[in-house]
Amino acid sequence: MMKKNKGIALKLSLLILSSISLIFLLIFAYNYYVSRQIILKNIEANARNHASATVHQIDAILRSLEKVPETIVCYLQNFHYDRDDILKLLRSVIDSNPQIYGATIAFEPYAFENRRLFAPYFYQRNGQINFTYIPYEYFYWDWYQIPKELNQPAWTEPYYDEGAGEIIMATYSVPFYRNVSGKRKLIGVVTADISLSWLQKIVASIKIAETGYGFLISKNGAFVTHPNTNFIMNETIFSVAEARADKRMRELGRKMIKGQSGFVPFQSLITGKNCWMVYAPLAANGWSLGVLFPQNELMADIASLNYIVLVLSFGGFLLLLGIIVLITGSLTRPLRALSRAAAKIGTGDLEVELPTLKSRDEVGNLAESFRYMQSSLRKYIADLKETTAAKERIESELRIAHDIQMGMLNKVFPPFPDRKQFDIFAIVEPAREVGGDFYDFFLLADQHLCFVIGDVSDKGVPASLYMAVTKTLIKAMAQQGHPPGEILTRVNRELVSGNTSSMFVTVFLGILDPLTGRVLYANGGHNPPLVIRTQGSVDFLAPTGNALVGALEGLSYETAELVLAPGEALFLYTDGVTEAGNRDAELFSEDQLQESLQGLKTISPNETIEAIKARINAFAAGAPQADDIAMLMIRFQERG
Amino acid sequence: MPSRKLFMHPSARILKCLIIISCLALLIVRFYAAKADDRALKKVTFLPQWLPQAQFAGYYVAYERGFYKKYGIDLTIIPGGPERSPADFLKKRQADFSTLWLSAGIQMRAQGVKVINIAQMMQRSGLMLVAKKSKGIERLEDINGKKVGLWGPIFQIQPQAFFKKYHLNVEVIRQSRSINLFLRDGVDVASAMWYNEYHTILDSGLNPDELTTFFFQDHGLNFPEDGIYTLEETFNRDPDLCKTFVRASMEGWRYAFEHPEETIAIVMKNLEIAHIPATRVHQKWMLERMKDLICPVDVHVPMGTLLSEDYDRVAKCLRENGLIKQIPKFTSFNRCCNRYDEKK
Repeated sequence: MMKKNKGIALKLSLLILSSISLIFLLIFAYNYYVSRQIILKNIEANARNHASATVHQIDAILRSLEKVPETIVCYLQNFHYDRDDILKLLRSVIDSNPQIYGATIAFEPYAFENRRLFAPYFYQRNGQINFTYIPYEYFYWDWYQIPKELNQPAWTEPYYDEGAGEIIMATYSVPFYRNVSGKRKLIGVVTADISLSWLQKIVASIKIAETGYGFLISKNGAFVTHPNTNFIMNETIFSVAEARADKRMRELGRKMIKGQSGFVPFQSLITGKNCWMVYAPLAANGWSLGVLFPQNELMADIASLNYIVLVLSFGGFLLLLGIIVLITGSLTRPLRALSRAAAKIGTGDLEVELPTLKSRDEVGNLAESFRYMQSSLRKYIADLKETTAAKERIESELRIAHDIQMGMLNKVFPPFPDRKQFDIFAIVEPAREVGGDFYDFFLLADQHLCFVIGDVSDKGVPASLYMAVTKTLIKAMAQQGHPPGEILTRVNRELVSGNTSSMFVTVFLGILDPLTGRVLYANGGHNPPLVIRTQGSVDFLAPTGNALVGALEGLSYETAELVLAPGEALFLYTDGVTEAGNRDAELFSEDQLQESLQGLKTISPNETIEAIKARINAFAAGAPQADDIAMLMIRFQERG
Repeated sequence: MPSRKLFMHPSARILKCLIIISCLALLIVRFYAAKADDRALKKVTFLPQWLPQAQFAGYYVAYERGFYKKYGIDLTIIPGGPERSPADFLKKRQADFSTLWLSAGIQMRAQGVKVINIAQMMQRSGLMLVAKKSKGIERLEDINGKKVGLWGPIFQIQPQAFFKKYHLNVEVIRQSRSINLFLRDGVDVASAMWYNEYHTILDSGLNPDELTTFFFQDHGLNFPEDGIYTLEETFNRDPDLCKTFVRASMEGWRYAFEHPEETIAIVMKNLEIAHIPATRVHQKWMLERMKDLICPVDVHVPMGTLLSEDYDRVAKCLRENGLIKQIPKFTSFNRCCNRYDEKK
C-alpha cells in the first residue's frame, strides 16, 4: 500500500514535471530559434551594409587613383609631345599625388625616339622625387604585358616594394594607342604604382565585436591584408585552405575571386571560432573583401538571455518540484492514513481512530465517507448482534412452542391399548418449528371415540396458538356430548366471537361408535377424507358442503354418518399432503393419494401413514416442505 | 613598379661592389688561413640555378645537417636567382659547382666551355604546358592558333619541338616569371614547371579538373632537368672533391625525402632569409614533385645517373634545332660521381 502511494506521488510528479519541461523546452527552442533568426537577419543586413560601405570607400579611392594614368593616356593619345613634356608630366603627377609612389610611360620598342627601351620613371624615395629610365626588358612584366595582351587597363597583383620599405603596392597600367594608317596600334603603357597602406589601414580598422575582422584578397586569392600578417603576400586563401585541407574554404575563395558576394558561415583563421562572413568584390580591380562576424560574440546577448532564462526555468522547476511534492504529499498522506485505517477496519477493529481532515476536498469527503462507513458498520454490527440475540430467543421459544404443540398432540400409540375395536395412528409435520395442522382423538363419556383433524389458515406461532384454542374448544364441546355438527357450530361461534386476527380453520370431526362401527362426522371446509373399504376400494367422502370454521358468524354445520365394517378405515389428511410440491411445481394431488392408498396392501394405520409419507418424500425429491403435513388414520377392527 | 633586385639604384650597385670586394678579401684571408692547416676543410662554392626553394631542398638539407662538413667540405651556397647565371658563375670560376638543366649543360659544352655533368639529379622533365578548359582547350590540337606563353630560350626547346612534332601553329608570347598573364587570360596556354607554377595556378583558385595539361615527358620530349655541373679542370684537379660533393648532396636528397617536415622547415627558413614570399603548402608540393622527378623510373638505376639515351635524346634535339652544331661525346661530358660508395 505504501509503495503504491509513493508511486502515485512519484508518477504525478514525474508526469507533471516532464510535461512542464517538455512545454518549456518547446517554448525555449522556439524562442531561441526565432530570436536567433531575427538577430541573424539583422547581422546579415548589418554585415552586408558594412562590407558594401567599406567596398565603396575603397573603390572610390581606387577609382580616383585610376584617373591619374587614364588622364595621362588621354593626353598622350590626343596631343603631340616630346621627351620634355613627358618628364614634366610624370614629375607633376608624383608631386601632386602622395599616394602614387611611382609612375612611368613605357613605350613599345622603337615607338619613341627610335629607342628599343624607353620608360622614364619618376618615383618617391625618402621624401625625394627620383628619376631613372627603366633599364630592363620591361615588356615581359605583368604591369606591361597584361594590359598589352588584354588591350585594357589592368591592376597588377599586389607586391612588396623593397626599395620603398615594406609597403604593399599595386600598379595600375593603362595601354595607349595611336592610329597608324587606319589601324589602332599600341604605343605603350602608362602606369601608376600605388601604395596600398591606406587600404590596409581601412581594412585593418574593421573590428566586429571582440574578434571580428576584415581581410582582402587579390584576384589570385593572395592575402593583401589580414590580421595574421604572415598571410599577407605569402599565402593565398587557397594555400591556407590546402594547408587546412578545407575544401569549403577553397570553394569560398573561388567564389570570392570570381567577383561574387555572399554571407556564409566561416571559421575564423585567428581564433578558430565560428563566424559569419560577408564577402564582396571591389569593383575597381576584382579583389574581394571579407568581413568576419563572430557568432558567439554577436549572439552574446541572446546567449546570456538564454542562460538567464534557463537558470530561471531551473529555479522554477525546483519550485514546482517542491510544490508538487507538497501537494502530492498532502494528498497522499491522508490517503495513506485512511488506507492504514481501512486495513485495520478490515481486520475487524471498528474502533480504530480515523484521521481527522479539515479539508473539504475529495480526500476530505473520502475521509468523511470512511467515518460514516465506520459508524454505519458499527451500528450495523450492533444491530446484528441484537437481532441475532432476538432471533435466538425466538428460535428457542419456537422450539419450546413446538415442544408444547407436540406435547399437546397425542403421540403415544396405541393410545388405548385395552380397546381392540379400533386402531388409530396420526402424525403432524409442521413446515416450521410450529405449525397450524393438528389432530386429536379422545374417548367420550359414552366410550365413543372422537377424532379430529384440522388446518389453521396460517402457519407458525399464531397458527399454533389458534390451533391450541381450536383444539381445546373442540375437545371441550365434544365432551359435552354434542353431535359433530353441533360441536363445530359451537366452536365456530366461539372462534368468531373472539377472532380479531381473521384467522380460520378447517376441521373434520368424527365420532366412532365402537359397538356398531357407525361414524358421525362433520366437515368444516376440510379436505374430504378417504374411506378404505374391505373390498379394496378407496373413496373420498362426499363433501358436506359446510364452510370452514371461525370465519363467518352464525354458521351451522351438518352431522353426516357412515358405517365402517370391521377392517375398514378412514384416512384423514390436511392439504399439506395433496399440495406437497416437487421442484417442477407439480402437486402430489388427491388422485395420487388415492392411488397410493389403493396400492397399499398393508392395513395397519401406522404402516399406511409411514408409506404415504415416504411416497410424499419421494415425490418432493428434496424440495422444501411448503405446508404443514398432518395425517390421521382410524381403522375399525371389530364391533364390541 | 616591381623593380626589386633587378632594378637597382646606383647607390645600391656601389654597395654591392663593396660587398663583393669585402667577400673576396675575406676569401683570400681565409684561403691562406686554410692553407696553414693541413686538416682544414676544402672551401667550396655552389650555386643552385634558382631561388632557394624546395627544388634544391637536398642541398640545403645536406648543408644544414652537416653532410658536406662530414666529407671535408666547407660549403658556401650562393643564393640562386634570376640575376645569377650558373653558366657565367662556372665559366668565371665564381662557383665550383652549379646546377644546370641537361640541355643547358650540353649547350655549354658544345660552345666550348669545358663543363661536365657529375650527377643527373632529375630524371624526368617537370616542364609542361597548361591551358584552361574554359578557353576551349581540351586536346592537343586545340592549342593550334592559340597564344602560348613561353619562357626564355632554354625553356623553349621542348615546346618548339612539341609544336613541330604535332604541327601546331601558335602565337608565342614571351612569358615572365609570373603566371598572372595566364590567370588573367592574357595567354591561352602557359608554360609551367609541374613542381612550381602548376601548383601556383592551383593555389590561385583554379581546380585541376578545370585545366588541361601537356607534360613534355609524355610526348617523347623527356629532357631531364637539374644536374650537378663543374668545370672539367675542377674535376681533374680534385676528383675526390667532386665525388664527395655529389655523395653529400645525394645524402641530403635522401634525407629530405625521408624527413619532409624538417626539410620544408629548412627551405622555409632559407626563403625567409632571402625575403622571398613563400608558403609551406607550396614548398611541400614542390618537394613531393621533386621526389617524383628525381627518383629513377627504373629502380635498378642509382639516383643521380645520367642515362645515355636521355643524353642522346636531348643532344639530338638541340642539334636538330640548330642550337648546337656537334653533339659532345657522352663520355667526355659525363663523369658520373653517384657511385662513389661502391667505388670506394
